[in-house]
Amino acid sequence: MRELLGFMTKEFHHILRDRRTLAILLLLPVAQVLLFGFAVRTDIREIRLAVVDPSPDTATIDLQSRFQGTDLFHLVRHETHTAGLQDLFQRRLIDMALVFPVDFGASLDRAGGADLLVITDTTDPNTGSARQTYARNVIDRWTRERGQASGSVRIVPQVRMDFNPTLESVNLFVPGLIAVLLTVVSALMSAITLSREKETGTLEVLLVSPLRPWQIISGKVLPYLALGFLNVVSVLVAARVVFGVPIRGSIVLLLAECLLFIVTSLALGVLMAAVTGSQRTAMIGAIMGLMMPTVLLSGMIFPVSSMPGWLQVVSHGVPGKWFLLISRGIMLKGVGIEYLWRETAILAGMTLVFLGAALRAFSPRLD
Amino acid sequence: MSTPRKAVVARDLTRRFGDFTAVDAISFEVAQGEVFGFLGANGAGKTTAIRMLTGLLGPTSGSAEVAGHDVGREPELVKRAIGYMSQRFSLYEDLTVRENITLFAGIYGLSDLEIRRRTEDLLERLQLGPQAGSLVRSLPLGWRQKLAFSVALVHGPAVVFLDEPTGGVDPITRRQFWEMIYQAAAEGTTVFVTTHYMDEAEYCDRLSIMVDGRIAAIGTPAEVKREFDAESIEDAFVQLVRPEATP
Repeated sequence: MRELLGFMTKEFHHILRDRRTLAILLLLPVAQVLLFGFAVRTDIREIRLAVVDPSPDTATIDLQSRFQGTDLFHLVRHETHTAGLQDLFQRRLIDMALVFPVDFGASLDRAGGADLLVITDTTDPNTGSARQTYARNVIDRWTRERGQASGSVRIVPQVRMDFNPTLESVNLFVPGLIAVLLTVVSALMSAITLSREKETGTLEVLLVSPLRPWQIISGKVLPYLALGFLNVVSVLVAARVVFGVPIRGSIVLLLAECLLFIVTSLALGVLMAAVTGSQRTAMIGAIMGLMMPTVLLSGMIFPVSSMPGWLQVVSHGVPGKWFLLISRGIMLKGVGIEYLWRETAILAGMTLVFLGAALRAFSPRLD
Repeated sequence: MSTPRKAVVARDLTRRFGDFTAVDAISFEVAQGEVFGFLGANGAGKTTAIRMLTGLLGPTSGSAEVAGHDVGREPELVKRAIGYMSQRFSLYEDLTVRENITLFAGIYGLSDLEIRRRTEDLLERLQLGPQAGSLVRSLPLGWRQKLAFSVALVHGPAVVFLDEPTGGVDPITRRQFWEMIYQAAAEGTTVFVTTHYMDEAEYCDRLSIMVDGRIAAIGTPAEVKREFDAESIEDAFVQLVRPEATP
C-alpha cells in the first residue's frame, strides 16, 4: 500500500507539473457547457410565419391573431397566393406557412370541416417536427374553443411535453456532455499517460519492480478518477448556475453513477494503451474508437431510436449510451435506482469486463 | 548475508516464439560480486534472455535462478532482489532528481527514514546535491545515466541488470560509469551488463557471447581471446558473429 501511495504521488506530480494540460483539463468542461448551452440550441425560439389568406374573414383573422398572440410565432409575411412561398422558404425568410383555402370561415361549419395547409421547413427534421407540433397546438386549441362557443362537443387530442417541457436543449445536452467529457478526460488521458510510460521505457522498469500490474495501473489512473470527478462537479455547477439545469433525482446517486462511468472510461483507456504501441496511436484510438462512438451512438445528439436496427444493436456496446439513460433519468425525470438498476448493472458489467481485459493485457509479460 | 552462492544460474533456459527459438537452451553461472558481460549481435537473443532473468518473460523450458530464487516460480522474490536499468532511459524526466530517487526507493518498499538516508547518501556520492531540486530533464545525458544507475541500486539489490547502459555517452562519462560499476561490484552487488562497446567488454570479470540464441563463448576476457586466438574481444566477437568474414 505504501508503495502504491508513493507511486500515485508521482502521477500527481506529472499532472500538476504539466500546467498547460492541467489548465485544459480543468477549463475544458466548463467551456464546453457554456458552448453547448449558448451556441448549440435545438429548442425552438422563433418561428417566422407567412400567411396566405386569399379571402380574409373573421375566422381566418381570428386564427392568425392566435398565432401572433404566442411568444413563439412571428407573422412576417402576408401573401394572397402560394406562388411566392417556395422562394421565401429558399431564401430562409420564413420557417412556416399557413395557407387558408378560399371561404375557410364558411366551410368550418359544414359537415366535412375546413382544410388548412401548414407547410414547415423540415431541412432539420427534429426542429421541423417540433415546429409542426407547436402549430398544431395553436390550431387545436382554437378549434376547441370555437367548438365550445358554438355548443358542439368535439374530442381533441392534447399533446403534453413531459420532463423537459420547454425542450431546453441545454438540459438534454448536459448529461451527454458529461459522458463525452469523462470519455475525454478519463479514457484519453489514461491511454496517453500509460502509453507514454510504454514509449519512454519506464513501464519496463516498473514491471521489473515489485509493483504488481494492478498496482501500476491503479497508481497511474486513480489520479484521473479524482480529476474526472472534479470535472463532473464543475460541469454540474456551471450548468446549474448559468442555465438552471435541474437535477430532479438524487445527487448522491448521480455522482455515484458518474464515478462508475469514470472507472469504465479509465479501463477503456488502459485497454487502448495496452493494444497500441505509441502515445500517438493510443490518442487517435481513444478519440476515434471511444470518443466518436460516445458522441454519435450514445444518443447524446442523435436519438438511438431513430437509428437503423443494426446500428441500435451496435449502440448497445457503447457504455456512454447506458450512462446517458441513467444520467438523463436522474437529472430530468428524477427517477431513482429502482428504475435504473438494469442500466447500472449493464454498465457495471461492462466495466468489470474492461477492467479484467485491461489487467490481462498489462500482465507482467511485456510482448 | 550470502554464502559464496551463485548470483545467476541458468540451466537450459529456452524461449520460443512460435517456430522461432530466440533463446536456445543456454546454461551459465554468474558468481556473487562478479561483473558479467553479456554480449551478442542484435537479434542474438540477449534481450529475451534478460527479460526471462528479470521476470518479464516466462521461459518455455529450462530454468533460471536469480539471487537464489527461481524466476519461473518466485518472480516476486526475484523482483525484490534485483535492480534494472533499461536500454531506454529509465527515470522520469519531468520529476526532480530527489523525486525520482524517492519514487523508486518507495516502490521497493523502503521506510521513510531509509529513503531519506539513502537519498542524501546518493546525492553526495554523485555530487548532485545542488541539483536535487532540478528536473532530471535539465541534466546532461551522462549525469542522467549515472543517476539512473544509482537509482537502480537504491534498494541494495543483490544483482543489477544493465541493458546497454552507456549508449550515446561520451568516453569520459563511460569511464566514470565503469568506475561506478566496479564500486558496486566491490560492495558485493553482482553486475550483469550488456554492451555493444567491445572495449567495455574487456573491463568485465567474465563475459559470454551469444550467437543465434546460443552461448558461443564464455569465460574471462583472456580465456575468450585465447580460445579464438584473437587480439581483442572485438576480434573474437567478429569471428563468432560473422564467421564468413574471417578467412
